[in-house]
Amino acid sequence: MRHRVCLTVNGKAEEFDVEPRLLLCHLLRAYVGLTGTNIGCDTSQCGSCTVLMDGKAVKSCTVLAVQADGCEVTTIEGLAGADGLHPVQQSFWDNHGLQCGFCTPGMIMTAVEILDRNPGATDAEVRHGLEGNICRCTGYENIVKSIVAAGARGS
Amino acid sequence: MGRYVGTSVKRVEDPRFIQGKGRYVANIQFPDMVYVAIKRSPEAHARITRMDTSAAAAMDGVVAVFTGQDFKDGGCGSLPCGWLVPDTKVPDRPIVVTDRVCHVGDSVAVVAARTPYIAADAVEAIEVDYEPLPTVVDARGAMDEGAPLVHSEIENNVSYHWALGDQEACEKAFAEADEVVEIELVNQRLIPTAMEPRAAAAQWDAASEEMTVWTTSQNPHPIRLLLSAFTLGIPESKLRVISPDVGGGFGSKIFHYPEEVIVPWVARQVGRPARWVATRTESQMTDSQGRDHVTVAKLAMTSDGTFTGLDVETWANQGAYLSTFAPLIPTALYITLLSGNYKMPGVFGKVHGTLTNTVPVDAYRGAGRPEAAYLVERLVDLAATRLGRDPLDLRRQNAIPKEDFPYQTPVAFLYDSGDYDRLMTTAADRADYAGMRQAQAEARAEGKLRGVGVVCCIEASGPAPSAVAGSLGSAVGFWESGEVRVHPTGQVSVFTGSHAHGQGHETTLAQVVADELGVPIESVEVVHGDTGRVNFGMGTYGSRSACVGGSALVRSAEKVRAKVLQLGAHLLEAAEEDVVYDRDTGRVHVKGSPESGKDFGELAFAAYTAHNLPEGMEPGLDFVSFYDPANFTFPASSHICEVEVCPDTWEVRILRYVAVDDVGKVINPMIVEGQLQGGIVQGVGQALTEIGAYSDDGQLLSGTLLEYAVPRADLLPGIEVDRIETPSPHNPLGVKGAGEMGTIAATPAVANAVLDALAPLGVTHIELPLTPERIWRAVQAAGNGA
Ligand code: FES
Ligand code: FES
Repeated sequence: MRHRVCLTVNGKAEEFDVEPRLLLCHLLRAYVGLTGTNIGCDTSQCGSCTVLMDGKAVKSCTVLAVQADGCEVTTIEGLAGADGLHPVQQSFWDNHGLQCGFCTPGMIMTAVEILDRNPGATDAEVRHGLEGNICRCTGYENIVKSIVAAGARGS
Repeated sequence: MGRYVGTSVKRVEDPRFIQGKGRYVANIQFPDMVYVAIKRSPEAHARITRMDTSAAAAMDGVVAVFTGQDFKDGGCGSLPCGWLVPDTKVPDRPIVVTDRVCHVGDSVAVVAARTPYIAADAVEAIEVDYEPLPTVVDARGAMDEGAPLVHSEIENNVSYHWALGDQEACEKAFAEADEVVEIELVNQRLIPTAMEPRAAAAQWDAASEEMTVWTTSQNPHPIRLLLSAFTLGIPESKLRVISPDVGGGFGSKIFHYPEEVIVPWVARQVGRPARWVATRTESQMTDSQGRDHVTVAKLAMTSDGTFTGLDVETWANQGAYLSTFAPLIPTALYITLLSGNYKMPGVFGKVHGTLTNTVPVDAYRGAGRPEAAYLVERLVDLAATRLGRDPLDLRRQNAIPKEDFPYQTPVAFLYDSGDYDRLMTTAADRADYAGMRQAQAEARAEGKLRGVGVVCCIEASGPAPSAVAGSLGSAVGFWESGEVRVHPTGQVSVFTGSHAHGQGHETTLAQVVADELGVPIESVEVVHGDTGRVNFGMGTYGSRSACVGGSALVRSAEKVRAKVLQLGAHLLEAAEEDVVYDRDTGRVHVKGSPESGKDFGELAFAAYTAHNLPEGMEPGLDFVSFYDPANFTFPASSHICEVEVCPDTWEVRILRYVAVDDVGKVINPMIVEGQLQGGIVQGVGQALTEIGAYSDDGQLLSGTLLEYAVPRADLLPGIEVDRIETPSPHNPLGVKGAGEMGTIAATPAVANAVLDALAPLGVTHIELPLTPERIWRAVQAAGNGA
């Protein structure tokens, strides 16, 4: 049994016939061909797979592709605009907010939502906001710094 | 001085990662690819009495199903161990088992299918009957009389015994000691948990008989060597191994794993490209794990607090099989560090490497050195308590003075340089140690459980030299290769045998070469991780890439400069001694007249046109060096941690964390700071949250990120890092390793702080991790129960 899924990914309309059990992260990676959304776990703990669905940060390993039917999805590949990097991306680069880069797409997408809700987020608020994202490399110091700095620059 | 080394150049690798363009193995996809999934044992020790793959093989979309026998018959060799101490007993480790599983997660059968979902379904459809066998999981219990045997041919489950140190001096120290403190502790098993799960992909070209393997490895060349010589049997000349972007390793991606053999073997068998990507659960139960020691130790001292001897016996759990470097970790990377930063004549340590029905244990960030540091630093705190001394004070009293370097320890190492007293005083100043103690006294007066932990730790980074490694059991050398290829336009490609999986080598190594040659950093590209492009290399682990890999590049750059200088002198019609190579600009000019010179680009072009070369000079401008370091480098650190333990929930809250490290000269302060911060949080994880736990019957109880508690962003309030520099005298950059120091120091710093906080309750020891439950139990046991 296959289902038709119509969704917008990074502003582009996409249409697929998929098994009902297909996860959104696998749809993005294998069907749409956007491999920036990483998969770091199988229990919805790490946040590597975070994307924006209708503007809200979701773990795409916890969403069925069919649930994204009719939704607008933004992945890390769709974040930069015509005028270059998104301010959060730029801030991660400026503040050494990444090492191996594997958690980075999920961190950046989560950060976009944190700052969207609370542009002046403090160090402690950012740490709290990152509770669903794991980074094994950076010790979070420079991730937090990157997000706080991006917020401060934006506001 | 160069323009780049010593400055925080922004990372050149970042744009691809922040835009989702990382080139991870899991992203490799070919149109006719088959997806591999592996049937894994749910039993820790069992005989396979029946296996039926027919239902799986019949499924729509399944391309093939293979058993252990297929791999054996198909020419796959067993996984070898690359470090053997005298008389090591090495159990056979097949790629896929044939009749007996030895740990949960052992590979039992392999499926190749049209999609990953079908492959997963097919794995479920394989039926296996197991006859459970008795299990053993405990490092020390494995040696007990009558303990179940993991491999019947290996008596008492002992893979090896090893000892090092001055036993006579040690015995004398204890015979004459005024005071002795003793400890028995467990250094718990950890699961490395790089965020990128392991993966492998392969493409076979039947016409040319060439195989390309992509693997999440920290060292693709040694993997190619092992694949070629032991496990897969394809000649090195026909085998290309690529480790593209790798999402963290921390040691767990050094080793040669079964899947690196399975995937190319399947690709050749089915004639289609193949890929396998571990699920997190699979990674947690098959990536080599870390630590897992049981140790009994004692420290001897005089009444004035002078350390005189240390006696250590350790049982090191090696798991069900010997992983690639397993015996190295608890021997030459552990016992050798037991002298710590202290002058102690009588150090002696012995270790028993035992086999159990658990996932193999090998290097994990720090690898042996954190185990030594945790032990020594706990003992020093116990000594301070016994003597009624301030722990910082006692450390300063016993620290090796800076005039004593190079310092020969009783456990083989010759420390290259250091200034441990300045390290500790810098940390104390930075933390306001006196103020912290004052605040602690006030907090205690209010009934709060406030503690301060202080440590001084040593690391040995950049294993070396190769001949010594060989004499200690290594099957490989520990040199590194570095090639500097100047193109005709003056652009530079740098090929390093080191491998970056988060460390930022594409930036730091470019900084080094740009400064050596006096060219803009933008004109230098760094290539790594591909046996098809880099001639050879030993990869990245043991914090070796700057000291060994960087030094190899300095050597090659020196050769480039020498040739450019000679060519420049020739073209300027001057004697070589009358011209200079200006390392700020890359120009060669006559001494005293910088305007009459030749640019680096001009000279590179002249080297390739070869129209006018000095007598006997070959065309081209490309040099390779193989750098074999004279010694390890010895970074050191002093960390101070302030905690409060909540008397209601028994949670530990870190109030401040101050780290002062000496990693020698620094190429990129921003990157070094990042390495230290990340390392520290991993060390804090060991102290407070992480444990790779097994039940008595060998079930892994922390096999997902639900149970295995990796630190989150709110575990620490922030980290204050600072540095001092004592350059390593024996490498051209003066650098020491920076990748592991943070991890090594952080675990004892936090543990000492928590036990200091609990001291008023009479608690003197708690096994890690210091979870609220364990703290509560210890407090109850100390007689504070209600
Ligand atoms: S992959 Fe989605 S939370 Fe880990
Ligand atoms: S940068 Fe490696 S996991 Fe975050």
